[in-house]
Order: sequence, then structure tokens, then C-alpha cells
Amino acid sequence: MGLKIEDITYTYDSGTAMSVNALNHITTEIPDGQFIGLIGHTGSGKSTFVQMLNGLLKATSGHIYYNGEDIDADGYDKKKLRSNVGLVFQYPENQLFEADVITDVEFGPKNLGLSEEERKKRAEKALELVGLSEKYWKASPFDLSGGQKRRAAIAGVLAMEPKILILDEPTAGLDPRGRDEILGLVRDMKNKLDMTILLVSHSMEDVAEYVDRILVLNAGTIMLDGTPQEVFSHVEELESVGLAAPQMTYIMRCLADCGLPVKTDALTVEEAAAEILKHRDLLPRRGGRNA
Amino acid sequence: MASTIRLAVCVLLSRVPVGYILRGMKTIMVLLLITVLFNLFLTPGRTLVSFWKFTITWEGLFFSIKMAVRLIFLIIASTLMTLTTSPNQLTDALESVLGPLKKIHVPVHEISMMMSIALRFIPILMEETDKIMKAQMARGADFESGNLINKIKAMVPLLVPLFISAFRRANDLAMAMEARCYHGGDGRTKMKPLIYKRRDASAYVLLCAFLACCITTRVLGI
Repeated sequence: MGLKIEDITYTYDSGTAMSVNALNHITTEIPDGQFIGLIGHTGSGKSTFVQMLNGLLKATSGHIYYNGEDIDADGYDKKKLRSNVGLVFQYPENQLFEADVITDVEFGPKNLGLSEEERKKRAEKALELVGLSEKYWKASPFDLSGGQKRRAAIAGVLAMEPKILILDEPTAGLDPRGRDEILGLVRDMKNKLDMTILLVSHSMEDVAEYVDRILVLNAGTIMLDGTPQEVFSHVEELESVGLAAPQMTYIMRCLADCGLPVKTDALTVEEAAAEILKHRDLLPRRGGRNA
Repeated sequence: MASTIRLAVCVLLSRVPVGYILRGMKTIMVLLLITVLFNLFLTPGRTLVSFWKFTITWEGLFFSIKMAVRLIFLIIASTLMTLTTSPNQLTDALESVLGPLKKIHVPVHEISMMMSIALRFIPILMEETDKIMKAQMARGADFESGNLINKIKAMVPLLVPLFISAFRRANDLAMAMEARCYHGGDGRTKMKPLIYKRRDASAYVLLCAFLACCITTRVLGI
């Protein structure tokens, strides 16, 4: 079933002279089991959009349905919704507050009113999932490294066992290794737990490599929606709104312009390499006869 | 009476739209109402009207009007000040007014610097509070329901991260200031120096005259 977004608009400071339309009549669907990337430049409405999906912001107009139920209806259990639609904020490590990691991760399950045993079980499971080994469980979250803190914070949301997980730029401010670890983790979670994932990102490479569908937001509207191959074939449109295609797409285009008959829809290094090697015989030879 | 005239003149001179100032009154309406009601019914004195268990006295009537007017003036005056004066101007003024205290080794510059930093950080901390609150709500935290004790307990997940980030910001700011060789007030020049003109002097004279009037009327008991 998943989430169904119907014609939502969100206006900041509505009714005053300073009103800003952050989102304009967005209609889309997030079906179960998809791994979706949400991209858009700063101020395109990404963060506003994701905060609406778990009811933290209420749409100025329009409706959002989770499993067919309107989340803004009177008496709809928002807490339940938030446990089903987990949202990991930007720089989630800023939300850590408990004396040790495991108690912090238990905060979400505790708010759901679960028993102590169940809380502990879920917290341990979540921590194992994000790859924080047992020796960190009793440590103060403030003594961890940046990447570990972030994983602990993500575990805090995972412990609620959401069906849909939304991550708002989970790799911001991490080094390349930390970034790969977090993204690998997200992919593992998707495969192991069969979750629906919405990944908000600035990095075209990240999105290209991991997701099966891309939503491009621009000035509060959905500009493009499709598979990475489809979306990144609109390079000019993406560039006109301050975005870009992955670097590999540019390389392949360049090669095509130079006369090599490669397809230009390769998005990752592996795909590009495979595509180029198909045309191995056309490549200029170097390094002698045996090369 | 004198205050009314002075305030009215100030409002007119400031050219701030009157509607803007009056809108600020909305927030204190409840407080105003409570103050007036309590004073109206609970002041002992000569009876004006009485019905059922309530009595309104002459003293109560005058007192409540006086309190209401005071409160309203207080709000209008402070709204006017924040609408017309930037925090930087305010702290500059504070520094120059307290200037003479430097002679007796009061750290005037430091005090005004602290004030301007504090003012500067209010919106930042508000934004941070909102963000952390939302992050905890996404983890199922509930800041609204429950009794007082539960509500206070619910603040912990908000306050701890907030304090940590405030300390971190303070640290960063101190580092940034040091990196730019900030060392306090001596010999520091300003981008927009505060220059006293004739009208500032006349404002001072008027203000002093007004204060003198207030004090003499009070002392003479008029």
C-alpha cells in the first residue's frame, strides 16, 4: 500500500506578507518496497516534503494517505504513523541525549509503550543492524566518533521498526568512507528488512548507485520522476535547475561525441566500464602488440 | 497623562505603522484581562456596584484602569524600541552610556558584547529547538500531553541536545573570535560608529525633563 500523496501544497507563514510556497500541488505515490532517491537543490522543498510524510508538518492543502488512511484526519494516531514512517533527520547525531548508547536507542520503543524486554531486544537488533558492536552499547553517545554517532542515531529510528524509512541527507558531513558505510548500510537494510526507503540526497553518484527510482524536486514541484536511467538522460534540464548527472554519464557522453558508439545511460563506474569494454576493438591500442 | 503624550509623540515620530504596534498587544490580552479582573474585584474600598458575591469598588476600578494602562504602555514602548532600534545599536548605546563606569574598572565593553551575542543567538537557538523537537517527535516523543511532571520529564530529550549544541556553538564562536585576534574593547574601531547629533542631545534633555516631572509629581503626591 505505502504512502499516497495527493495534491499537497505547503505554505510557510501563510496569510502574511511573507508567505512562501514551499511545495506546490505535489501528487505522487511511494509504494511498498521501493528504494527511492529524492534530489533537488537547496530550498527546493525536500526537507519540507519529508516532514509531511510522517505528520510533523501539516499540509496547507491536499491529503496524504498511509495504507489508505488520511493522516490528517481527526483522531488519526500520529504516534503510530511515526513508528511506521521513520524519519532520520539531517545530522541526526544532534538528537542523542541519553547517558549511554543503548538507552538512547530505546527511547523510540519506549515512546511506543513497549515492555522493557521488547525495548531492549529491538535496541540490540537495531544496533547490530547499523554495525555498532556490543562494546559501544554502554558508552556515552558523546564519546563516539562522528560516523558512529550517526549510526547510533539511525539505530534510534530503526528500533521503532518502521515500514518506511526516510533519510534526509544521511551522508552530509561524513568522509568518503563513512559515506560508503552509511549507504551500504541503507542498502543492506532494504534487502534484509524489506523496507521502503526514501533517500534525500545532494549527491548524484550516491543516488545513481543505490536507488531504483528518482524524484526530482524543483521549486516545490516534481520536475522528473523515473528510473535513474530515465531521469539522468535529461541532463540539460537537471543542469538548468542547479543539479547534474553522475560523472559517468558525462564521460559516456563525451566518448559518444568522440565517435565511440557507446550507450550513454551508464551511471556507475562498473556499468561504464562494461559498456566501454564492449567496444574494446574500436579503442586505440597502446603498449605494444600484446596489450 | 504626560506619559500618554510622550508615547504618542514617539509613535508618530518613529513612523512605524500603528497597526503593527497594536498587533503586539494581542499576545498580552489574556494577561491584561486577568490583571484587570483581579484588581477590579479584589480591591477593598468604597463600594461602587455589588451583585451576588462580587463587589466592584471605586478604588478597584481606578486601580485596574491604572494597571491596564501601565501594561499597555510598557508593551507599546518596548515594541517601539525593538522595531526602531537594531540590537547592535542597542548594545552600542549601552556601551557608550555605561562608558564612565570604565574608570572604576567595570568591564563595560565585555558586558555589551555579551548582550549582543546573547541577542544574536536567540533566533539560532529557537531554530535549533524546533529541529530537535521534531527529531524527537519523529522518535515518538510527546511534548504536549500528560501532567506537569510528565511534561517536565519530556523536556529532557529536548534540553540535553540543545545545551550541547549551545555549548558547541559558543566554543566555535570563541574560537572564531580568537582566530581574528579579538581582544576586547581597547583600540577597537567600529564599522558604524555611534555619533551624537543635536537631536540626540534634545532627546536626552526631553527624557531627563520627563523623568524629573514624573519624580516631582510623585514626591509632591499629585
